Amino acid sequence: MDALFLARLQFAVTVGFHFIFPPISIGLAWMLCIAEWLGWRKRDPVYVQVGRFFAKLFAITFAVGVATGIVMEFQFGTNWAVYSKFVGDIFGAPLAAEGVFAFFLESTFMGLYIFGRDRVSKGVHWFSSLMVAVGATMSAFWIVAANSWQQTPAGSVVRNGRAELTSFYDAIFNPSTMPRYLHVVTASLVTGAFVVAGVAAYHLLKDKDSVFGRKALRLGVAWGLVFAVLEVMPFGHFHAQQVARTQPEKFAAIEGLYTSQTAAPLVLFGIPFSPPPLIKAKVEVPGLLSYMAFGSVGERVRGIDEFPLEDRPPLWLTFVSFHNMVVLGLWFIALMGWAAFRLFSGKLWEDRLVLKALMWSIPLPVAACQLGWMAAEVGRQPWIVYKLLRTSEAHSPTVTAAEVGFSLVLFGLIYLMLGALWLFLMIKKAKATPAPAHA
Amino acid sequence: MDLNTIWFLLVGVLVAGYAVLDGFDLGVGALSLFARSSEERDVYVASIAPVWDGNEVWLLTGGGALFAAFPIVYATVFSGFYLAFMLLLVALIARAVSIEFRALVPSPGWTKVWDWAFGLGSLLPAILFGVAVGNVLRGVPIGPAPEFPWQGSFLGLLNPYAVLVGLVSCAFFVMHGAIYLRMKTDGELADRMGRIALGAFAAFLALYAAATAATVVVSPFLFQKTSNPLFWILAALLVASLVATPVFTKTGRKALAFVASSAVIVFMILVAALSAYPALVPSSTSLANSLTIYNASSTPLTLYTMLVIALIGVPIMLGYTIFVYVVFKGKARPGEGYGAAVAGAKPASARR
Repeated sequence: MDALFLARLQFAVTVGFHFIFPPISIGLAWMLCIAEWLGWRKRDPVYVQVGRFFAKLFAITFAVGVATGIVMEFQFGTNWAVYSKFVGDIFGAPLAAEGVFAFFLESTFMGLYIFGRDRVSKGVHWFSSLMVAVGATMSAFWIVAANSWQQTPAGSVVRNGRAELTSFYDAIFNPSTMPRYLHVVTASLVTGAFVVAGVAAYHLLKDKDSVFGRKALRLGVAWGLVFAVLEVMPFGHFHAQQVARTQPEKFAAIEGLYTSQTAAPLVLFGIPFSPPPLIKAKVEVPGLLSYMAFGSVGERVRGIDEFPLEDRPPLWLTFVSFHNMVVLGLWFIALMGWAAFRLFSGKLWEDRLVLKALMWSIPLPVAACQLGWMAAEVGRQPWIVYKLLRTSEAHSPTVTAAEVGFSLVLFGLIYLMLGALWLFLMIKKAKATPAPAHA
Repeated sequence: MDLNTIWFLLVGVLVAGYAVLDGFDLGVGALSLFARSSEERDVYVASIAPVWDGNEVWLLTGGGALFAAFPIVYATVFSGFYLAFMLLLVALIARAVSIEFRALVPSPGWTKVWDWAFGLGSLLPAILFGVAVGNVLRGVPIGPAPEFPWQGSFLGLLNPYAVLVGLVSCAFFVMHGAIYLRMKTDGELADRMGRIALGAFAAFLALYAAATAATVVVSPFLFQKTSNPLFWILAALLVASLVATPVFTKTGRKALAFVASSAVIVFMILVAALSAYPALVPSSTSLANSLTIYNASSTPLTLYTMLVIALIGVPIMLGYTIFVYVVFKGKARPGEGYGAAVAGAKPASARR
């Protein structure tokens, strides 16, 4: 195994492991902010109890997110020195802006929120939970903006052997930033809602009269349904349309369209084989892909055959990850819709089937986030910066395969341990009886 | 002053801010290895629990700013120091999670493991940051422009000079942590921290003097600014804070001692930075190959954009950071560690 392969594997492991945590903490931060608001304004001790309870899960997740995020911040320099030199003029700015505008806000108010409950007024305490949520959400913006520039570079020109900034606004608001950001943020909100709803469902399964469980579940289901819908329609759809316009190879790969055609079909199901590019057991709707991507059945969609071999992304992984993400996205709408219906009929507290489905679905939004990220990043290959720099040319020339291998094994073990600990603590705290409510 | 120089200063400010703020957490963490009881260790953790996270963001922002302003330095040095950096990251991960995890399971064995992770995860960075600075001051093996190829090895980083600077930083952080902890505690513990601070100061002063003498031999090029009055002003301020630190510690002026100790690290960094200026990373192969604020920088447009971001963002950040420190001023409250807050074990105070 060469240094390049190991560096790629290490990046996949680092970013994949890190990305388990931010969607949960972004989503939970907003749930906390709402619960704390209700507790404060309605003088409802149960919502304060909900806030305190989920703050524990938030704090555990946040800590592991920070710990793994430190690695992300420095990994570009350690493993991808050529890339860092090439993109430094553009890519570093959003990372620094994330620190200044978002991460400081989130971390500083996080300390106040968790430890300051008895040291500040209720209004200031609620405000600190809001700032944590705002900070987390802005953090995602700068990170997605930086990554989107890799997907659809803009506001820059290649000069002196590197990408140089010509317009900061164009670079940050490049064609894919907003579609991707809205999709990622709504996905995070869904993730947080599923944690709250699923944990509340567990407590209701234990005791259907749990007031804590009922209030938390109502919150989780209402929030979860709204954002599960928004995440797919319009935001998921807009993002797919943007990919069709700006990265046709990626679009062809994720949709499984291997020959260019008008009235292109939407593949609902299939088992991809590559090479040669081939999908077996295909279930498809004729013309729907053309319609969804460009608004008319008559539009021509470019298939993967139009692109030279060396510019094609891996076909199997992109197709499989994208399609499974879509299935999960639809499941979220169905489950939350079903739960909301039972809630309106006043039967949700006793509907053990829905409660169990909610409980077991807690990890699924995290899985959907991972799959979506995989489709986005693998779909960008073979480019590290789309059409400007190839991944194969971007790693650190001075770092040997042995060094990368060593740190990969080291971090692999640490991540396994951290992941197991995180899961153990989350489950333990999620199952714990909530501390008694007092206003 | 040109944009490159402004960014040289701003990166310096971020490094100094990190050293002052995360410096005391690292010191407190290293000292926790020698805490006399588990309850005492809870006080150590409670003293930094609400603020350590914000402090660590200085490091992340510093990394981001270095990437944005001087990407060649970011790319060259981080890939060059590869294994040392991985070691540092492991320590920082262990530290970050142990502060959170240690109190979550009420079992002595569990707490013990995380206490070790917290202590060693703090001690190791306290040394490694100094080793990194030592290597930069000594010059690192980079070849000529435009590729600036790295020509060294991991073991080359562990040279006697860099290790000496590592000991300097370790002694400083322990002193700084002891002074902070003394400010946040009462009684016997506070008195003991006062004595530890003075002991650590003596060790730090001796090591710093030795390191300065060694620098004359190892990196004579760092002493070319001695004709610049600014060098002497900064050096005088450094000496003044070096005198003030033990004086305030001895006379029991706890907060002033912390200010003085913070000033020591700030002026140490400024003196070193001015001495190296305009070089960011001197090259040991030939000074002509050094990475400077001009040959390693981003374009003027990026530097300008980043300056605007800093001018808007940093004052706001400083405002709420100071606010939070004010909220948590005074003694560390027993039971205000993560365990209590996270387990919700603390009864509501009269205020709520």
